[in-house]
Amino acid sequence: MDNFDLIFPEIFISLSIMFLLILGVFKKNSQNIIHNLSIFSLSITTVLIFNNHLDNNILLFNESYVIDYLSSFMKIITFLGGIFVLIISSRYLKLLKIFQIEYPILILCSILGMMVMISSNDLMVFYIGLELQSLALYVLASFNRDQLKSSEAGLKYFVLSALSSGLLLYGCSLIYGFSGSTNFNIIADTMNSNQYGLTFGIVFILVGLSFKISAVPFHMWAPDVYEGSPTSVTLFFAVVPKIAALTVFIRFLYVPFINMIEQWQPILIFLSIASMIFGAVAAIGQNNLKRLVAYSSIGHIGYALAGLSAGTNEGIQSSVVYISIYLVMNLGLFSCLFMIKRNNQYFISIDDLSGLSKNHPILSLSLLVILFSLAGIPPLAGFFAKLYIFKSVIEQSMYFLAIVGLLSTVIAAFYYLRIIKVIYFDKEKEKYDMDHSIWLRMSLALSTLLILLYFIFPSKLVEIISRINII
Amino acid sequence: MNFPILSSLILLPSIGAFFLLFSKDKDHENSTTIKYVALFTSFVNFLISIYLWYLFDQSTTSFQFIENKEWLKGFVNYKVGIDGISILFIILTTFITPLCIISVNNTVKIRLRDFLIAILVMESLMIGVFCSLDLIIFYLFFEAGLIPMFLIIGIWGGARRVYSAFKFFLYTLLGSVLMLVAIISIFWISGTTDIIQLYELGIDVKYQNLLWIAFFSSFAVKTPMWPVHTWLPDAHVEAPTAGSVLLAAILLKMAGYGFIRFSLGLFPVASEIFTPLVYVLSLIAIIYTSLVALMQEDMKKLIAYSSVAHMGFVTLGIFTITQQGIEGSIIQMISHGLVSAALFLCVGVVYDRMHSRLIKTYGGLVSVMPKYSILFMLFTLAALGLPGTSGFIGEFLILMGTFKDNFLVAVIASLGVIFGAAYMLSLYKRVFFGKLINKDLLKMPDLNNSEKFILWSLAIPVLFFGFYPEPLINTIEISVKNLIEMYNFNLNMSSVQNNG
Repeated sequence: MDNFDLIFPEIFISLSIMFLLILGVFKKNSQNIIHNLSIFSLSITTVLIFNNHLDNNILLFNESYVIDYLSSFMKIITFLGGIFVLIISSRYLKLLKIFQIEYPILILCSILGMMVMISSNDLMVFYIGLELQSLALYVLASFNRDQLKSSEAGLKYFVLSALSSGLLLYGCSLIYGFSGSTNFNIIADTMNSNQYGLTFGIVFILVGLSFKISAVPFHMWAPDVYEGSPTSVTLFFAVVPKIAALTVFIRFLYVPFINMIEQWQPILIFLSIASMIFGAVAAIGQNNLKRLVAYSSIGHIGYALAGLSAGTNEGIQSSVVYISIYLVMNLGLFSCLFMIKRNNQYFISIDDLSGLSKNHPILSLSLLVILFSLAGIPPLAGFFAKLYIFKSVIEQSMYFLAIVGLLSTVIAAFYYLRIIKVIYFDKEKEKYDMDHSIWLRMSLALSTLLILLYFIFPSKLVEIISRINII
Repeated sequence: MNFPILSSLILLPSIGAFFLLFSKDKDHENSTTIKYVALFTSFVNFLISIYLWYLFDQSTTSFQFIENKEWLKGFVNYKVGIDGISILFIILTTFITPLCIISVNNTVKIRLRDFLIAILVMESLMIGVFCSLDLIIFYLFFEAGLIPMFLIIGIWGGARRVYSAFKFFLYTLLGSVLMLVAIISIFWISGTTDIIQLYELGIDVKYQNLLWIAFFSSFAVKTPMWPVHTWLPDAHVEAPTAGSVLLAAILLKMAGYGFIRFSLGLFPVASEIFTPLVYVLSLIAIIYTSLVALMQEDMKKLIAYSSVAHMGFVTLGIFTITQQGIEGSIIQMISHGLVSAALFLCVGVVYDRMHSRLIKTYGGLVSVMPKYSILFMLFTLAALGLPGTSGFIGEFLILMGTFKDNFLVAVIASLGVIFGAAYMLSLYKRVFFGKLINKDLLKMPDLNNSEKFILWSLAIPVLFFGFYPEPLINTIEISVKNLIEMYNFNLNMSSVQNNG
């Protein structure tokens, strides 16, 4: 029964999904209740994670499921991301007339899938989690079903994602064929790094995973899907699935295949450099904020991968620091996007922000802080995230990667500056609505303050994350 | 000394800015209050920095008022402290900022509150640059200064402000990211980014060249040295007067300070190797930009190019690595800080009245604005280095140091002094003498009280330090001596290592 204690958060969230589904079916007009209840159950699950000893390192179910510090931490930030997405999106959904019971339930489903992914220690378990997550995300992408673009986004995401899942599954079968097991620990024990079949397997799985985190050259879906999906779903896409996929990246590369680092390190470096440069250059021409966020998220994933490619514990930790700070920055950015509305209509082009600072000084100041932080200018949180990445990269003498990364921050700074220019230097437009919900204001204030004041206690987050030990 | 005087110097302007954030700047009455709050904050900061100078012990070579707190665990400590070199720059910063705030009276018409917040935050960051004793902390302040300056140029600037703001930001950021790589590499090589410890440990000779280049790329852009100086004229021309003043008087000095503190202090072997490069670039800057300045039609642009030439003298002096050269460079930086600030303010005075910076708009001003003409003359002479002004002391010491090191370089650099006289005097002649053709000029009032106050408070130190530079030299002498001794010691150590 010990096992069930440890996976009680997963059980709780599955039960609440079923309960909410039944409630939604039998009770008419229960959208509000279900929305709030799902926020509540996510919060409860967050607390339940703390019920276990965080420093545990326990393998469950034939060593196919692992509960350790990494999984607990990643689950917690996944939940926080989910909670914030739900909190700030209810108003948006209502205005778009797609405030339905399925929305929070699908988000809970995908979070359950992510939990399984994060804790997986076996290729099969990992695949099940991935599919559960992805299926929910396909539906979420096309949630605004009356809109052509949204349906297109869902379909596009489904087709391409199914293709990548196929590749991933093929990689799994190759690895199973050459090592005789799907379990990470057993693969690690029996592995013989001279087998090319294993290398091929790793490549296929990396391709599949890169697709999920939209690393270049497997990023093609991201801009269209980000643009087409409802904005609240875009926010969800931009961060939460990436946390889970990054955890799988860490576990997959560092548990069974740490000895094959020579084989996978160049791939990771290539993915990282390509993503950083492409993300920076391609975003310059964008005028739609959601597409721009898509390209910028491609760039940011490049930095997180740079940390992973270092092959050390510090590298992993720096990636986790990066993704956590990135989560906060995106929450802030999207909170701002939800505030740009007039007469119940949302605006998402850069020109709509023109002269925002005249009429909405506080909102523009927050945007200023968030955008400079995304660009990585000190003393904001984004700078520290990059600092740790480059520290761990340079410690491994990978100067080329560090210099390319820093030069692409300069290119990326250009498009962030362009938004700031529009906000601060251009002529003002009509006022936007001011009737934002208290939750939206709070999430904006919270994320801005976290980013702005991060430099006062910069080692707190790092201390928490430095307990992650994979190698 | 338990009271964290340096941290309070850094924090105080930001606290003032924080209070301003909560004020409303709609009606006119409020705007005076806002201005007084900002002025009060920066003036108190000035008094503290003077008190700091009073407390400062001129007889010791070690860093003083050190504060050391754990910040990023196992990586970076928040460490600040000053020596004779940095204290002068801190006082320059706290002295120039209140003058900038007084000058906004006439120049800034929109969003006064935001402008003052930006200026105060800028002051905090600049003081931070000059007293940080850790490379990462230094980088933090150095880079963070880009944000307020970008906004100052972009929001309150002239017609091509967007282009200039972007150019300024991207140029400096590009230079600085390489420095970040170098700083992290230093941490990896030596295990610390603490400057005092690094001075003692020294940095492995085989890495020095690359690290020097990385630091150089950042400081060269900021100084600015030829050929990466092109952002400066654009930024100066488009920035509002107070922005130009901050840029010329203090921002450029960060790079000169960085050269002394880091390039010489940390990489003596590389500095020795690259001295010819710096000489050549400085000479090109002195001669070429002087000639360019001669051709300018825009007053602000002319002064901007003259800044590049003056900073060329500074880099030249620093890399002579002689007592006179470095002392001269520091005094030249202080003097240029005062003089260029004054010149930009002077241009601001006529710009506010005529809304033109073109030289040909003016002519014969001497009969319309006699008081203004006298002060402008004084600053012109100080800029070209007439004896009796602070500009002379700096240039003279630099050239003396250069003659010791390399005769030819000194001769070419001396030519620059002549060119300097040529463009400054021709500017003065074209603006103030000659026939008064433009009848609109007759309506121009002479200096008002606040302008008089600002310009006189800049003129007094220019004259005072011109006649009596003792206080400056006394403050920096021992620190510079120590720097050179350390430099030579490290150089000998490494050559011994190489031979053995």
